[in-house]
Amino acid sequence: MARKFSVKQKETKGTFKSSMGKLFRYCRFQMWPLILSVIFGTIGVACQIVGPNLIGDVTDYIQEGLMGADVLKQISDLCFILVAIYVSMAILQYLQHFIMNNVTQNVVKRFRTDISKKINRLPLNYFDTHLHGDVLSRVTNDVDTLGQSMNESIANLLSNVILFIGVLIMMFVTQWIMALTVIVTTILGFAFASIFLLRAQKYFDQNQKNLADINAHVEEVYSGHNVVQLFNAKETQSQEFGKINRKLFFSGWKSQFISGVMMPVMSFVGNLGYVAVCVVGAVLIAKQGLGYGVIASFMIYVRLFSNPLSQIAQSLTRLQSTSAAANRVFEFLESSEFENPVLKVEDVKGNVQFDHVQFGYNQDKIIIKDFSAKVKAGQKVAIVGPTGAGKTTLVNLLMRFYEINSGDIRIDGIPTRFMTRENVHALFGMVLQDTWLFEGTIKENLRYNNENVTDEQIYNACKQVGVDHFIQTLSKGYDTVIDDAINLSAGQKQLLTIARTMIQDRPMLILDEATSSVDTRTEILLQKAMDKVMEGRTSFIIAHRLSTIKNADMILVLKDGDIIENGTHNQLLKKGGFYAELYNSQFEEK
Amino acid sequence: MFKLLKNLKWQDYVFLLVVIGLVVLQVWLDLRMPEYLGSIIGELQKSQFGLEVDINTILINGGYMLACAVGSLGAMIINGFLISNISSRFAFNIRQKVYDKVQGFSLAEISRFSTASLITRTTNDITQVQMVIVMGMQAIFKAPILAVWSILKILNISTAWSAAVGVAVLTLIVMIAIIVVLAMPMFKKIQTLTDDINRVTREHLTGIRVIRASNAEEYQEEKFSKYNNNLTKAYLFTGRVMSILGPGMTLIMSGLSLAIYWIGAYVVKTPTDFANMMTFTTYAMNVLMAFMLLIMIFILMPRAIVSAKRINEVLDTENMIVSGEYVDENLNSTASVVFKNVSFKYPDAEEYVLENISFEAHEGETVAFIGSTGSGKSTLINLIPRLYDCTEGEILIDGVNVKDYKLDNLNKKIGYVPQRGVLFSGTVKSNIDFGDNNADDETIKKSISVAQATNFVSRMSDGIDSKISQGGTNVSGGQKQRLSIARAIARKPEIFIFDDSFSALDYKTDRKLRTALSKHTNKATKFIVAQRIGTIKDADKIIVLDNGKVVGIGKHDELLKKCSVYKEIALSQLSKEEL
Repeated sequence: MARKFSVKQKETKGTFKSSMGKLFRYCRFQMWPLILSVIFGTIGVACQIVGPNLIGDVTDYIQEGLMGADVLKQISDLCFILVAIYVSMAILQYLQHFIMNNVTQNVVKRFRTDISKKINRLPLNYFDTHLHGDVLSRVTNDVDTLGQSMNESIANLLSNVILFIGVLIMMFVTQWIMALTVIVTTILGFAFASIFLLRAQKYFDQNQKNLADINAHVEEVYSGHNVVQLFNAKETQSQEFGKINRKLFFSGWKSQFISGVMMPVMSFVGNLGYVAVCVVGAVLIAKQGLGYGVIASFMIYVRLFSNPLSQIAQSLTRLQSTSAAANRVFEFLESSEFENPVLKVEDVKGNVQFDHVQFGYNQDKIIIKDFSAKVKAGQKVAIVGPTGAGKTTLVNLLMRFYEINSGDIRIDGIPTRFMTRENVHALFGMVLQDTWLFEGTIKENLRYNNENVTDEQIYNACKQVGVDHFIQTLSKGYDTVIDDAINLSAGQKQLLTIARTMIQDRPMLILDEATSSVDTRTEILLQKAMDKVMEGRTSFIIAHRLSTIKNADMILVLKDGDIIENGTHNQLLKKGGFYAELYNSQFEEK
Repeated sequence: MFKLLKNLKWQDYVFLLVVIGLVVLQVWLDLRMPEYLGSIIGELQKSQFGLEVDINTILINGGYMLACAVGSLGAMIINGFLISNISSRFAFNIRQKVYDKVQGFSLAEISRFSTASLITRTTNDITQVQMVIVMGMQAIFKAPILAVWSILKILNISTAWSAAVGVAVLTLIVMIAIIVVLAMPMFKKIQTLTDDINRVTREHLTGIRVIRASNAEEYQEEKFSKYNNNLTKAYLFTGRVMSILGPGMTLIMSGLSLAIYWIGAYVVKTPTDFANMMTFTTYAMNVLMAFMLLIMIFILMPRAIVSAKRINEVLDTENMIVSGEYVDENLNSTASVVFKNVSFKYPDAEEYVLENISFEAHEGETVAFIGSTGSGKSTLINLIPRLYDCTEGEILIDGVNVKDYKLDNLNKKIGYVPQRGVLFSGTVKSNIDFGDNNADDETIKKSISVAQATNFVSRMSDGIDSKISQGGTNVSGGQKQRLSIARAIARKPEIFIFDDSFSALDYKTDRKLRTALSKHTNKATKFIVAQRIGTIKDADKIIVLDNGKVVGIGKHDELLKKCSVYKEIALSQLSKEEL
């Protein structure tokens, strides 16, 4: 099976635009709250801008008071207005954040739900070519990043752009020379800051890469600890580690220095404007008799002006990660799904026919070339052959986990490709090599999604399979929770999955290497349990321990995707062909 | 946390002193600025009283302010440089220390922590502590100095104004306290809820065939949506609480400056008072900033403390395996091994895994171990290279207790092949010429051929120089296993240990490999743990284990007759007529 690992794609402008566009469309169900949030934000910002202006008026009144005028009434009037403005500003800003938070969480929740549903609609093929960790990290990491960065960046970006424009206007309205002073110094300041900013990214990337390297090295050496130790490779590995560690030290030092300096540089830009405002303001007051209030309000404007600029810059970087995360999530959500036909078949007897089946996981590599076989209801069919011969593939096709390229698989004469997937699945019980149990009680695991199965039926099945006694010995019996704390052996787990299959009570059965991961004594136990389940059901058995399939009604020997022999155990042994060789190779050294 | 900080070196302390000095300088410069502002305003007041305003004074004071701003920036940049150096070097040293410590661990210590946890402790936890040191060092010196100094400047200006600042600081602290109390427990909960989401999704992915076969897709979706709802609720809650922070801060800050001006309307009587009011506003903001910094430290600290604890746990672990002194100079490619009444139990465990095991392996013999899962076979052979130490009894190699050997000398005698093939990123060659194998190309090629790996290695693009990716993901399980075997062969050891190393191979390869192996390494003593009777049938000695006890020793034919456990295992694999 060819496994392709998805390669991280480089973010380009085009993908940024398209993923942001998709994100926007995806968020459309939250349109009204979003608009409301923008309105609240705008009004909040307006309050924030008007404030300094009024403070300036207050200062002017105080100044007049110094000259002997009675201004206390005007001042307290203004101050009450300011209190009202500040309080409503806080409330509006909070509401804006509150709504934005709701919006993002709703979007994020929808993303998670959609991913979980998507998993059910993807062809199995997808999971062969993508690592589990990859899908997992989309559900958690990417969606989390998306949520956080969206919340911060979009809310921030909106209010800061509004703030920036508003302050700009207000400054010019108040005093245009002062306004120009602020703008010029801020631009100069940012030009200076960009010396640092431009380098920063390079060092951050480097540091990130070194961190990943050291992670990889540590993971490898820790998991191969025995080997490193016993081959006296500690020294060389430690040196190797030291090398990466040293690199990380330098890149960490640099990137931390830069990110640490960013703040002071920004505040220097603020200070610079501050000084300029004072000096120019003072000169203007001296020359043109400007009120002091202008200085007071501009001292606040300087902060209000330089702040949103750095905030906007930050939000834009955050948006990059929003877009990258969104891109990965959309990539998953947009993967092509399988189609589902509508035919449903009931009361199946269990006659199965493979008719010139041809299949490959990808088009250029055919695994099953031309497979034909007829199985009568109730027969026990074993499929054997060397690794890579296509045994599991055959089962996958039978279950319609994959679509065959050509030919037909018919159940009671009806091609499975006309039946719904659910219908096909409902015909088979499956026991696989990897036991699959989830965190929950034993009973939940056994009943699974068959809600109308009674407790009695569960107990009965367990008794028949021979796992009832073992379950009773557990502290809480059938209500024992299966998690990491409880140590079930591979055999016990397998017995539980066999019991589950028993409970499902399907007309046909597939056993795919069900006993491969247990020792041979446990295998006998499992074998007995499986024989119980197989009674009266058409069964397909795959096993590499040939001793387990000797009593099959039909043995199909597969090699390179074709049946090369078929018959019963004794017939095939007598024939002295591939099966006989395979069978004998497990015992004798010749 | 403090214990970990003891790892700082003397030069770090010198740096720290410089840092403190620079912080003092920087705070001083920052606090000078409003004074020059005051002078400028004072100069301007003159105009109100009909006096000539001296533009020069204004420009000079403006120049001073600029100088202060530049000086303050300079101090901060140098500080950033020093602090990032201290913290990065600290992380560098601790990382190496933890790594080397873990390298000395035996299996017992590793399994106590679990490999995954050790990886996090070596990487993530250290980064965590490092981040806090960077942010903390900037804040921990600056906040108190800034706070105290600013308060001192303010105190003698006006009590009413000071009171306003006091109220603002108090409000700030109360607000943040409320937020922390409400949000922190929720943040912890979010962590577990995220784990839940992760778990359910992993379940979904690993069980995808079973789920589809059972038509349980909806069942799974419902389960997921339950956890999804919980997680969303938790996020909504914390988001709502955290949203108070920004608007709250703005409100407190603007409220404070408004209060100062308002009070000013009543207390400002002279031009000096007026200038004071302007400077006071700036100082007051500084005080608020200082408290914000302090609060930040308190928020950051807990996480770092947890990480520091986890790192210390590793560093404080005593190595259970201690190297002996004895060195066997004569590595003559064969050795005898004797188990004398060996018992073993895991530390802290009640039950013995192995009980009273005694046997002898003569030079050049092949000893095989068989038994059901959990019978203790793997544990037993892991005692020979001291991956664990036996609890009672002793193991002698060439008559010397394994505990008395110098560890690397003991390791030199042993070629070990683990249960799962372990490969390291590098090349095929670097994986076989591993550690102190010192194998030349010819040995490497020979080892590969004995391990039945020539076929696929020669098919790789660069032969023995082909790349192996991290964890060996670019070769199959069986190929990994064969390369691990080649690695042990290239070592030319006196003792081979195969810990169930043949199960990943198909019967044919298994047989070929063992034939080649016994031809190539006939002098070496071999220990083989196996599941298949076929693999061990021809061993000189087969030891049958059941529940940690020896229930049979002998050759295949003897055991078939006298050992019921062996017979049972054999019967389950072969039919009667074949035995």
